[in-house]
This record gives sequence, C-alpha cells and structure tokens, in this order.
Amino acid sequence: MEKIRVVHYINQFFAGIGGEEKADYKPEVREGVVGPGMALNAGFKGEAEIVATIICGDSYFNENLEEAKKEIIEMVKKYNPDLFIAGPAFNAGRYGVACGTIADAVQRELGIPVLTGMYEENPGADMFKKSVYIVSTKNSAAGMRDAVSKMVPLALKLAKNEKIGSPEEEGYMSRGIRKNFFAEKRGSERAVEMLIKKLKGEEFVTEFPMPDFDRVEPNPAVKDLSKAKIALVTSGGIVPKGNPDHIESSSASKYGKYDIEGFDDLTSETHETAHGGYDPVYANEDPDRVLPVDVLRDLEKEGKIGSLHRYFYTTVGNGTAVASAKAFAAEYAKELVADGVDAVILTST
Amino acid sequence: MRLELGYVFIKDVQFGSESKVENGTLYVNKEELINLIKEDEHFESVDIELARPGESVRITPVKDVIEPRVKVEGPGGIFPGMISKVDIVGSGKTNVLKGCAVVTTGRIVGFQEGIIDMTGPGAEYTPFSKLNNVVLVCEPKEGLKQHEHEKALRMAGFKVAAHLGKLAKEIKPDEVDTFETLPILEGINKYSDLPKVAYVQMLQSQGLLHDTYVYGVDAKQIVPTILYPTEIMDGAIVSGNCVSACDKNTTYHHLNNPVVQDLYKKHGKELNFVGVIITNENVYLADKERSSNWTAKLAEFLGLDGVVVSQEGFGNPDTDLIMNCKKIEQKGIKTVIITDEYAGRDGASQSLADADKLANAVVTGGNANEVITLPPMDKIIGHIKYVDTIAGGFDGSLKEDGSIVVELQAITGATNELGFNKLTARGF
Repeated sequence: MEKIRVVHYINQFFAGIGGEEKADYKPEVREGVVGPGMALNAGFKGEAEIVATIICGDSYFNENLEEAKKEIIEMVKKYNPDLFIAGPAFNAGRYGVACGTIADAVQRELGIPVLTGMYEENPGADMFKKSVYIVSTKNSAAGMRDAVSKMVPLALKLAKNEKIGSPEEEGYMSRGIRKNFFAEKRGSERAVEMLIKKLKGEEFVTEFPMPDFDRVEPNPAVKDLSKAKIALVTSGGIVPKGNPDHIESSSASKYGKYDIEGFDDLTSETHETAHGGYDPVYANEDPDRVLPVDVLRDLEKEGKIGSLHRYFYTTVGNGTAVASAKAFAAEYAKELVADGVDAVILTST
Repeated sequence: MRLELGYVFIKDVQFGSESKVENGTLYVNKEELINLIKEDEHFESVDIELARPGESVRITPVKDVIEPRVKVEGPGGIFPGMISKVDIVGSGKTNVLKGCAVVTTGRIVGFQEGIIDMTGPGAEYTPFSKLNNVVLVCEPKEGLKQHEHEKALRMAGFKVAAHLGKLAKEIKPDEVDTFETLPILEGINKYSDLPKVAYVQMLQSQGLLHDTYVYGVDAKQIVPTILYPTEIMDGAIVSGNCVSACDKNTTYHHLNNPVVQDLYKKHGKELNFVGVIITNENVYLADKERSSNWTAKLAEFLGLDGVVVSQEGFGNPDTDLIMNCKKIEQKGIKTVIITDEYAGRDGASQSLADADKLANAVVTGGNANEVITLPPMDKIIGHIKYVDTIAGGFDGSLKEDGSIVVELQAITGATNELGFNKLTARGF
C-alpha cells in the first residue's frame, strides 16, 4: 500500500526560526519534516509520511488572513496530500487560531481530512472545534509527546476514512454533534444507576452536558408606536389555506412569506395552521388567535401604530432545530430591515 | 400496597371462532371485537387486523398501544375512571397477556401519530414490533370533530384491551412478579439505612389532543400528587394524546413504566423506593410554576434524598423538566432527568429548549430529528397517505416505491423519555 501523504503546518517558533521578533515570517514550504513533524513521522511508523512542511509566522498569518490562506492552500495543493495536520499549538493563542483557520480552510477548499491540536482554553479551540477535529493537548510544548500520541492514531483514521469514535475514545474536543447509538442498557436502568452514583457522591457521566444557553436580551421599547411600521412573524404555523409551500408540521426546513394586504381579519376560509405541536382547532377556527392581524388593523385605523407591514413571515416551531430557526431569521430580518420595518411582533403558540 | 403481576406469555395471535388463550396463542373473534367497538356510534367502519413480529407489515397512523390486563384479586378493575369504577387499584393480583398489544389506527386525528414497522430497520426503533398486535382500524363518521374522534378511538382501545385481558383471568400465569410499597413511615423505618428515592413522572397535558388521564381525571386539572407505584401497573394513568410519536408515552408504556420497574429492582438493596409523584406539563407559565413548586414541595415533604424525573413530549415541556429539576435540586435533593433531543437532522443544533447547570445528570433517549429510511412493506394497516404530514415527516417522505424517509420522530416510541429503550445519543 502506498504511504499516506501528509502536509504539516507549523509556526516560526516551532520551525526554529525565532520567537516574537520573527512572527511576521511569510509562508514558506520545505520538503520533508521540520521540528515537531519528526515526532509525528516517527509515530506513523511508515504508514504515513510528512512530504512537506509549511512554515508561517503567527503575526503574518493573522494580519494577512485572506492572503496567507490563499498562499498556503496553493502550497498544500501542490503536494496533493491525503491529510493536512496543523500544530499542535498548545496554549499559543495566535498559533492556535492560525491552525484552526488554515485547517478549516484546507478541509473546505481541498476536501481532504484535517487535524490540529491545542489546549482547550486556546481561543482557536472554541472557534474551530465544531468544524475541525482538534485534539485536546496540554498547555505547553512539554506536552508534545502526549499530543503526538493522540494525534497519530486519529490522523491515520481520518486519512483512511475509518469510523471515528467518541471524543473520549479518540481524545479530540467534542464538536457538539449529537449522534444516536444503541446503549447496552435501557434508559431507565441507566438513570437509576446514575442516581445511585450521584447519591453516593461517586463520579457519574451525564449523557447530555448542558449547553451554554443562547439567551437574547430584548431590545429597548419602541419610542413612538404611532409612527412605527410593525411586522408580524410567527412560529405558530399560520399559513394561507392549503399550506401552499408545504411547511412541515414539525422540524420545519423552511419559512413562508405571505401577503396580507387587503386582509382585515384572518378566517377559517383564508388561513390555517400547519403546526403539529398543538391543538389546531382554535387556531384554525380563527387564525387571528395566533397571528393577530385583526387587532393590528384596528390599531392601524386608530392611529396607535403607524402601519402593519404588508407581509408576514411564518414557520413551525415544533421540533425545529435552533440552527434552522436562526438561519430563517437571519434571512428575513434583512428583508424586514430593507422594507423599513421598525418593530416586529413575534408570536408563538 | 402489594401487587402480584401474573404474566401469561403470548407467542402468537390468530383469528378464531371464539376469543381465548390457548397454549400461548391469543385467538380473537373478529366479529365480537367489531361489535364491541361499534357500540360507539361515532365509527363509520371498523376492522380488525393482526400484525406479528417479523411480518412485512407497516401500521400507521398509530394512536395508542395498550396491553391487555385483568384484575384477578383485590379492589377495582383495570383502567379506573375510564373503563372501571374509581376504586384505588394497585393491590392484589393482576394478570397480564404478555407479548401482545392492542394498537389503534384509522384516519388521522392530528399530526402526531406514528409508524410501527414489524420488520426491517424501523422495527429496531419501536418496542411494539416485538409484540403480537391486534390492530383496530377505526374510521370515524364524516364530520366527527377531532376531540371526539380522539376520545372514541381512545375508548375503543381500552375497551378491547380490557375485553381481551379478561381472557387471562382464569389462567395460571407462566411467571409472577411481586411489587410492594409500604406506607411512607413504615417504609422509611424498614430501610432506614437506604437513601429515600421517588419517581417524578411528568404527564403530558399541553391541551386537547395532548392529554393524559389519571383515574379518569384530565391531568391538566390536577396539582401534583402521590401514587403508589403499583397503581400505575393497573392502569391508573392512561394516554389520550397525539404528541409526536417518538416520545409520547402510550398506555402500554405507562402500564410497563420502566422507571418504576428499575427502581423496584434496587428497592431494599441500594435505595428505598418510596413512591411516585405525578405532575403535569401545562402550557401556562403560572401552571408550570405552580406544578414545579408542588413537585419540589412534595419531594421535600417526603424527606427524599433523590428522584428520577421523566418527561413526555419536547419543546414546551422542556421548560417544565428544567423547572422541576432546578427546584428539586435547590431543596438539596439529587436529581437525574430523562429526556430526548431535537438536535436537528445533522445533530449540530441545540438539543433542548431550556437548560440549567443544575441539570448535571441527564439520560437521553436519542436525537429525534435523525433521519431514517424505511423500506417498503408488503402490507399497510391503516393509511400510508399521511406520512408526509405526520410529525417527523416532510414533503416527499413517502417515495413512489412505498419506502419512507422520515425523522425518528415519526416512529412510535423511538426516543421514549421513560427510558424504555436502549437508544441514546452522544456528542462527537
């Protein structure tokens, strides 16, 4: 079998060129191994080989980001590698960010597997652990041996396109991607056993670590409603009768934008809900209960609000991934702003 | 309170001229069951079908699954407040037709009904593929309102399950399990060295079509209260809901509540299982606050050291789950919570709608958004045409060749939050 071809990225310090004073060192490629590449190469035991090493100063990389990325990707491309490794960067902040950035770029643009390593508090870790495999290392170069011992097996697996185990098994930082599998015991038994451990003060492992919750601070109140253009946006699934865009009853993959010009009141003749997570009877009887067009028209006539925006945006919140919801909102928020909308009433169910 | 559960093992189900159990086979008289269901004038047509493990059969849209049981000794009858009078159940002897179930289907009620495949990859995800199922295909009369439709189907399922359960009344069970919970003070004195543990069961009560009944009472209208665990085994809690199929607790799940079973297994050895606190999952904030205040209060009142909290449904009830967990932990009582996840089809999104750092011991039933392909089956019981619109389905879920691409959400019982299954998820 042919040897797996690896291109390795390191900074000026690990290449032995110099410290901070040489941090503006421009990208350079050398055939074969340089510095920490030797330990990696030894670990590969002939299965893989570092064919080239790219060296770049940390300041140069971070201050000339786009240019540096382009140059380095061109260099990598020339060697036609099966795998790209950056670092390990330990706790060197700018080096970590560079390793994460370039690994992410190589993975996306060249479509080859990539791997880097750094200390968990390195800012590069939080920035890139979701997109690239980052082996968790100690906080200084004294941990090189440990880092290499984790990076080598994972690198070989990635290059050979083998199944990657859990973060605990392989030593990389969890990318927060949830995957199903069948455990040996049923959930209730696992729960009872976990409780017994917790009661005894023994160590236990939660199956779902609580995430950092994304909480949104409300904007300050609108100063003068009588001049404001108000839009209605709902996750309650109100759609024109017949659900023309087939928004899913749960786990929605899209949102709809619908014209309400000329509507003073939504009725069971004109609108309905596509939402599968609540009793639809009352929403279908009178869709204003979820999307209050009737009340807003009244307020418009009374001059309490400036106007009601011509379009409403709608989706189904039921089981819909937060990432999808965020993406929908990012799109239509731009339209709302472009249309001169001052405030939005968000209704749920 | 002491209950003996006698299991009569059922290995096959067949139609016969007489309903009976003989040598592990359940024989059902089709006409008899149809006539029983048709006592309810809401049905236009009723049919009975059988589905056995391994058969190339798909049942959809599934509403409820119910295990046939019968009271042999002791007060009351199965499904108090629904089928039987409201005597306190959970003591004496109950016989169970183990290995079979009654499944209700027919035209869809809401959106949140499920799929049971009796073979293939889908069968791995639902516990009901391993049972000999008597499927009630009930079509409502034109114009029947959703709530009446749901109620009629729910009652049809209970009636048939109770009717079939009676066939086990005179049979000597193949195996007997005994469960006993003492009155609180006696129990605490008896196992004074063991940590006192209760089970906090959250019941789905988000509203019409999302309801659970306790001795016939709509759980929306209860304040949290205490049950002996064995009451649940006699049908004190039944399902009346159309929550997403994967994490709805069917009546079968309630009767065979795995948390109750697994706490009993450690009872008197590693912990003292003192009882069950039931609470609800109402939609109004004041109700959520009140109910979680009460579960925490009852946990404190019982002098507990720890609880297992189980959930039903997702999204809105995630807030109830976290409130219960947080308030009970704040009383100094240890918690483990059981939930499932909606992390998106790629598993990269936020799994729960609420979170708190006190929820540091979580068991998960898996990511319900994960997509699965279900190959075509030779036979469909019910209606295949709803597959695109049930929760977990999407435009184009149903392929021309009869195969289905859906989220696990659409499979009945797939990510159960009582911990009924082995399915779980982890971070990569």
